[in-house]
Amino acid sequence: MSQPLLDIRVERKTFADTPVLQNVHLQLGEREVVSLLGPSGCGKSTLLRIVAGLEREFRGQLQRSAEGEQVAYVFQEPRLMPWLTVAENIGFADDRGYDRARVNRLIGEVGLEGFADTLPKQLSGGMAQRVAIARGLYSRPQVLLLDEPFSAVDAFTRMKLQDLLLELAQRHAIALLLVTHDIDEALYLSDRVLVMGSRPSSVRQELVVDLPRPRDRRDPALAALKAEALTELQLAHVI
Amino acid sequence: MTTKSKTLPAASAGLDWNLAGAAAAWRRRLKGLTLPLLAIALLESAVRLGWLPAHQMPAPSEILLTLQDLAAGSLWTHIGASSARVFGGFAIGASLALLVAAWVGLSREAEAYLEPTFAALRAIPSLAWVPLLLLWLGIDETSKVVLIAIGAFFPVYLNAVAAIRNIDRKLVEVGQMYSFGPARLARRILLPAALPGLFTGLRSGLSLAWMFLVAAELIAATKGLGYLLTDGRETSRPDVVLASIIVLALLGKLSDGLLAALEQRSLAWRDAFTGQGKEERT
Repeated sequence: MSQPLLDIRVERKTFADTPVLQNVHLQLGEREVVSLLGPSGCGKSTLLRIVAGLEREFRGQLQRSAEGEQVAYVFQEPRLMPWLTVAENIGFADDRGYDRARVNRLIGEVGLEGFADTLPKQLSGGMAQRVAIARGLYSRPQVLLLDEPFSAVDAFTRMKLQDLLLELAQRHAIALLLVTHDIDEALYLSDRVLVMGSRPSSVRQELVVDLPRPRDRRDPALAALKAEALTELQLAHVI
Repeated sequence: MTTKSKTLPAASAGLDWNLAGAAAAWRRRLKGLTLPLLAIALLESAVRLGWLPAHQMPAPSEILLTLQDLAAGSLWTHIGASSARVFGGFAIGASLALLVAAWVGLSREAEAYLEPTFAALRAIPSLAWVPLLLLWLGIDETSKVVLIAIGAFFPVYLNAVAAIRNIDRKLVEVGQMYSFGPARLARRILLPAALPGLFTGLRSGLSLAWMFLVAAELIAATKGLGYLLTDGRETSRPDVVLASIIVLALLGKLSDGLLAALEQRSLAWRDAFTGQGKEERT
């Protein structure tokens, strides 16, 4: 890894005197896909919010070579503005004068042709999350941060969205930092999986997934890595 | 993506659907008219058959004649005077309420300073201001407009503060992610998100404005619908009183209808429960 896009070191992060994160060090290189894997409430979302700049009170340091708008965030829920159409939501960063050509291209890329003028209330959960991803990509980020982005959709939609996400990351040449509690999702998507323990959590294990893409979900190598992750999570008493 | 949702936007277009919608809307209106028409027919026959004394409860047909007489004479002056007072008072009261509510809603500091005072002022029944306003401002237009403004202020203020405080924090966070400044955050997220609550406040403020208009005109006025009510009572003309009440109801309904239409237009995006039943909503 030459010059990392992101380099974050959290010595300590507390919520009302309860330590949440302790001694976490995380680097993200160009076009790299990294997952933070851990149980609910282990502080992985907090770590992502620190990286995004939404959480500013912590002891440690954050270095982003990618500045400001170069980092985009896809929330757990789509968080679309209900009063804006799909196209207006995607171009949200630029008010009314958004780049219509770019928005139309993104609508095509996420597979929502014909829905440009649809309101969010008419979209299914999976479609809304596609819009949210397109909104993230609109501002040409170098890093896309995703907080359990597919946890609210059904298993089949989730697999489709995972493939879509990889395809988009490839096409736009961006790095992904993903928070998830789904072991299969983490292994299928990532170059590296960071297994996190319970509070105060730190990175307990780093799994390197050195498999070419497109990957096969049935690949025994993935199963072997899953067994390793499960062992570590068991040792951490989270399962 | 599910196939179910794919068909949604396509189905909402098309002429057939629009025609069916218009027919359903008319059926709804007819259903709404049933009860009033029945009541009018009942009253008319009760008075004609002598079950009700005509000098106390004039027949609907007679009220209609009185309305025609009034319309040929002074009715329009009264309507003009009353409407001007309501809209003047409502405009002043509602704008002040929106300003103060934005301040209190957006800043905890402002809330700490202002909210207790406004809560105390709200506890005063607004009609208690009448004698004071008459003493201070006299019995001309100013006191009436101020009274109406006070009446319209509180519902607008309360609903607007609640609307701002009910804005989904998660949507505001999206704005933070884009590093929106305060003005842009207000314009792009806070205002549209608070709009449903603002409309609720404006509509109840407007209906209170009409209420306070009548109170103001009953006490001291030489023209206006409230004056017409008093005049009808003093000259023992229940038909005039009832005619004024009908005109007040029509004006109230008309002004609320305008606001409701505006609300409908600006809030078409809402994904809200619209009631149950076999009837199609339009």
